[in-house]
Amino acid sequence: MAEGQSPLAQFEIKTLVPIEMFGVNASFTNSSLFMVLTVITVSLFLIGGMRRSAMIPGRWQSMAELSYVFIANMVKDNVGSEGRPYFPFIFTIFMFILVGNFWGMMPYSFTFTSHIAVTFAMAFFVFIGVTIIAIAKHKLHFLTFFMPPGVPMVMAPLLIPIEIISYLSRPISLSVRLFANMLAGHTLLKVFAGFIISLGVAAGWLPFVFVVALTGLEFVIAFLQAFVFAILTCLYLNDALHLH
Amino acid sequence: MPQLDVTTFAPQLIWLTITFTAMFFIMWKIAVPKISDALETRQMRLEDNLKKAEDLKREAEATLAAYEKALADAGAQAHNDIQAIQEKLHEAAAKEEAELGEKLDAKLAKSEKAIAAEVDKAMESVRDVAIDVAAEAVQRLTGEAPAGDNISKAVDTVLSDKA
Repeated sequence: MAEGQSPLAQFEIKTLVPIEMFGVNASFTNSSLFMVLTVITVSLFLIGGMRRSAMIPGRWQSMAELSYVFIANMVKDNVGSEGRPYFPFIFTIFMFILVGNFWGMMPYSFTFTSHIAVTFAMAFFVFIGVTIIAIAKHKLHFLTFFMPPGVPMVMAPLLIPIEIISYLSRPISLSVRLFANMLAGHTLLKVFAGFIISLGVAAGWLPFVFVVALTGLEFVIAFLQAFVFAILTCLYLNDALHLH
Repeated sequence: MPQLDVTTFAPQLIWLTITFTAMFFIMWKIAVPKISDALETRQMRLEDNLKKAEDLKREAEATLAAYEKALADAGAQAHNDIQAIQEKLHEAAAKEEAELGEKLDAKLAKSEKAIAAEVDKAMESVRDVAIDVAAEAVQRLTGEAPAGDNISKAVDTVLSDKA
């Protein structure tokens, strides 16, 4: 396949405005553009929806309130009342990933969550933040997290390394899950879309049907991955606040 | 694979930091307070209205109870009043009846006296007439007038025999 028609070409970072600060490349790229679009969209959606703040909400206000209540319940159910201070952060993560994924569903757009650098940065930030919260709250007692209560001492040499590895792999699993889902979905769409052209009028309708179905599936995945990222953040936060 | 191009990491991470931080502050300071205020206001309004409804219901029940009590009181009062008035009327009627009886008795007595007087008077005139008739009869039979005293004495004797 020619360059630009490769299924991976859609993930290329293209510099729009070259910027260099302190010798570091800080260029405004297509990725940056969609991040900014995401921030603007979410802000307009929420603040615009609440501009009247009616006692009986209209459709727009209902959607804004629904997104808030959805995450508020998620935090309440998974973390409890102690999770309240962290709600704005989890809400931001959810809306940022969700709307970023949705923007990526636009033809010719760019999906910034399909880049491991971005997803890993977010996952790593969550991981570090959660660990700091845990240590600040429980001090050295935090180390008992790696030795679940009720386990015989004989198991400790085996169990503790496993627990530590599973804890350290959290940011990796969290970031790879989102990145891989986005990458695979968008690649698959592109591959099937390519088949439509190469199979021509005779059999092209078959991959076309696939692409239509896959697009629907991708919208579900776009939501689901944002949901999974947010709920795992809640669970990690719950571990940090309550240990086991 | 463009994802593994390390040279793109710096701009991605820098812009991720900028946009995510900006969005976090927008959410934290503007959007989240706005929505939570709206939800809380609605929740409070709902609770307030429910409480108001409860209060009104209680008030209505109190009013109903007061109304029923007033109704019962009024009924009892009316009953008492009717009884009192009835007693009074009975008393007044009895008194009037007694007065009327007395008056009638007095009138009756007076009438009886008058009748008795009339009867006496009549009796008196009957004696005179009897004396006159007897004197006339004696004169026609005997041809001479009787001595005045004899006739009246005879009449008196007859009348007193009859009486």
